[in-house]
Amino acid sequence: MERNLMKGNEALAEAAIRAGCKCFFGYPITPQTELAAYMAKRMHKAGGVFLQAESEIAAINMVLGAASTGVRAMTSSSSPGISLKSEGVSYIAGSDLPAVIINVQRGGPGLGGIQPSQADYWQATKALGHGDFQLIVYAPASVQEMVDFVVKAFDRADKYRMPAMILADGLLGQMMEPVSFPEINPDAYDKSSWAANGHKNKREHHIINSLYLKPDELQNSIVERYKKYEIIKETETDAELYLTEDCDVLVCAFGATARVAKSAVNDARAQGIKAGLFRPKTLWPFPVKELNEAAKNAKKLLSVEMSMGQMVDDIKLAINCSKPVEFFGRTGGVIPTPVEVLGEIKRIGGTL
Amino acid sequence: MTTEILLAGFGGQGVLFAGKILAYCGLMDSKELSWLPSYGPEMRGGTANCSVCISDQPIGSPLVLTPDILIAMNQPSFDKFVSEVRPGGKVFYDSTLIEAEQTRTDISYFPIESSKLADDNELKGGSNIILLGKVIKETSLFSLETMKKGIEKVVPASKAHLIGNNFKAIEIGMNN
Amino acid sequence: MAVVFERPHALIDVPTHYCPGCTHGIVHRILAEVIDEMGIEGDTIGVCPVGCSVMAYDYFNCDMIEAAHGRAPAVATGVKRTNPDKFVFTYQGDGDLAAIGTAETVHSATRGENIVVIFINNTIYGMTGGQMAPTTLPGQVTQTTPFGRSPELAGYPVKVCEMLSQLTGTAYAERVAVDSVPHIRDAKKAIRKAFENQKAGKGFSIVEVLSTCPTNWGLAPAEAIKRLQDEMIPYYPLGVYKDVEEGVFANTEGGEK
Repeated sequence: MERNLMKGNEALAEAAIRAGCKCFFGYPITPQTELAAYMAKRMHKAGGVFLQAESEIAAINMVLGAASTGVRAMTSSSSPGISLKSEGVSYIAGSDLPAVIINVQRGGPGLGGIQPSQADYWQATKALGHGDFQLIVYAPASVQEMVDFVVKAFDRADKYRMPAMILADGLLGQMMEPVSFPEINPDAYDKSSWAANGHKNKREHHIINSLYLKPDELQNSIVERYKKYEIIKETETDAELYLTEDCDVLVCAFGATARVAKSAVNDARAQGIKAGLFRPKTLWPFPVKELNEAAKNAKKLLSVEMSMGQMVDDIKLAINCSKPVEFFGRTGGVIPTPVEVLGEIKRIGGTL
Repeated sequence: MTTEILLAGFGGQGVLFAGKILAYCGLMDSKELSWLPSYGPEMRGGTANCSVCISDQPIGSPLVLTPDILIAMNQPSFDKFVSEVRPGGKVFYDSTLIEAEQTRTDISYFPIESSKLADDNELKGGSNIILLGKVIKETSLFSLETMKKGIEKVVPASKAHLIGNNFKAIEIGMNN
Repeated sequence: MAVVFERPHALIDVPTHYCPGCTHGIVHRILAEVIDEMGIEGDTIGVCPVGCSVMAYDYFNCDMIEAAHGRAPAVATGVKRTNPDKFVFTYQGDGDLAAIGTAETVHSATRGENIVVIFINNTIYGMTGGQMAPTTLPGQVTQTTPFGRSPELAGYPVKVCEMLSQLTGTAYAERVAVDSVPHIRDAKKAIRKAFENQKAGKGFSIVEVLSTCPTNWGLAPAEAIKRLQDEMIPYYPLGVYKDVEEGVFANTEGGEK
């Protein structure tokens, strides 16, 4: 397959277009702006719609409108902009609409910084808006995975009629790597049973709605949605297990940080330390089975993140707190180094 | 075997562009590679730097902290990064703009008056490419042929007439 | 026996949740009549955001989308841009359109989004129980202006048609009222014209409808109509504020008049 050299942000955009995304609504913010710029250039040639909205809030609601009519729609932003979108994401989830949202994370809280971060883990996996709902959250660790996961995100969003997120970061968004675009045949999910695109006097009118004033009706709608979430938890988890079979120290990391961690694991192995890597590719649903498999022989776990340790609780819960889980992180835009992570592996390994 | 390259200079000197050429060279040679720019306000005139990794293995961290090859285009970048170069590493720098004390004995220095050479040969803004010419002469990273292919990939179609100038700059770098 | 008067097909035969004397029913009806008369129910998508009319999806027979507070023009933009052959309308209240959704309103207008906006101005937040709206008149008592709206404290009302008529992308802006039969007829004509504009691809059309809220005004329906006539119409003069007669699209060069 032909290898192209592309920035992560551009690869996300190209993959979306190839996955049948017919409209993109965005608003400029560093470090994801190349994505919108690429869409502006390419989308009209692909027969789709690009529109720079007046705000992040407007952009996500334009996505809601387009998705309501059964069209594949996407928006992207970086951390502060995602906060603004959270209202719309909640409405999209409450209306059972498919949509893809990309977060090329930067440091927070507040205006924070513009360098890479993973400090929106909690936001993405626990609380991207009010109410009982989840998004499927993918965490790519390479430009190639950005392509692959965008394709998957559109598919699963349609399949389950729910929003899916690509949780990337500034490092992945800005870096260039070789990337191949697989032949993509956007699975045509039949949306005719719910899409609000004009009934042509041939069916009952369709309503896209998240309002239920009767508590039992709202409860029922949520319970139904959670049945779907249970299926997703069973079937959609994904993780990479690297040198985990005999490892003493299991390093857990996702996204760009997992690359750093992998380098450190290789360095540790070269020094005779039995380290391994568990890399969740889906953050929700969290790969519980996969983590337990990876950790079966480990004595200690080490979560390495570009945050203050937002994934640690999920790791502890997944293994039922059966083993010590330590944490090493950098935040605010500081990227951990393989040397630092190796140091932590040794520190932990030394106290086994 | 991974070669980690750090290119650094002022915004506008073509640091990211030169890095892109190296990245495309890696692509031409079917290597694993990564290219990571610094980003932010410094892009608009401040200091810019760019990490390039070329390897036979998948690239781990794309951020180059201890380069095997440093390409420095201004004094602050040289001063900031020369101490980070891995022992045995090579430092290429524009000696028109950089006054260097070659204090480290565990690395090799390759000064070239790339700015002056660019001006003398009417290759405005070609200092970065002249430095790349020096790099392929003094390392076994890429062949001249690969470098030319890389340049052809990176120069946009709208500026295709500049490809010849870039080839010329490479040759100047290789011969000085 | 000949049928001389019947419910429009575009309006579903269910009781509404609106209060007695509320004029939403009148506006719903004339909007549905226009949809029927143009024969576009099957090609129409309505967007109703938060406010008293948020549940209008249960009343209109065309496809309907419920939107977040203030975001209807953005949702409608998403619908229309991906379905340019469909008719798209929003139905928004004053708090929705002129407070929380000001940005969406102004920018959909300036882009010349080819949609119809029905704007219900009754000078108060109805659904939440009668708080100050951006269109609340100076001196008007509401739950959050218990001593009357003070311009020093809360500013003067936003005159939406006047404001939006300044934007090139606005093809048509008219203020109407539903206080009398002649005015209701004019209102229907204005809504028809807004939809015809959309059919012709002219751009953003807004019909501001001066309406009543007897419950939150604390007035009997007849008294409420009288207040609309005596206090609102003088402050919000009826009429056409912008009408791009020529040119296909308001935002084409020379389209502005």
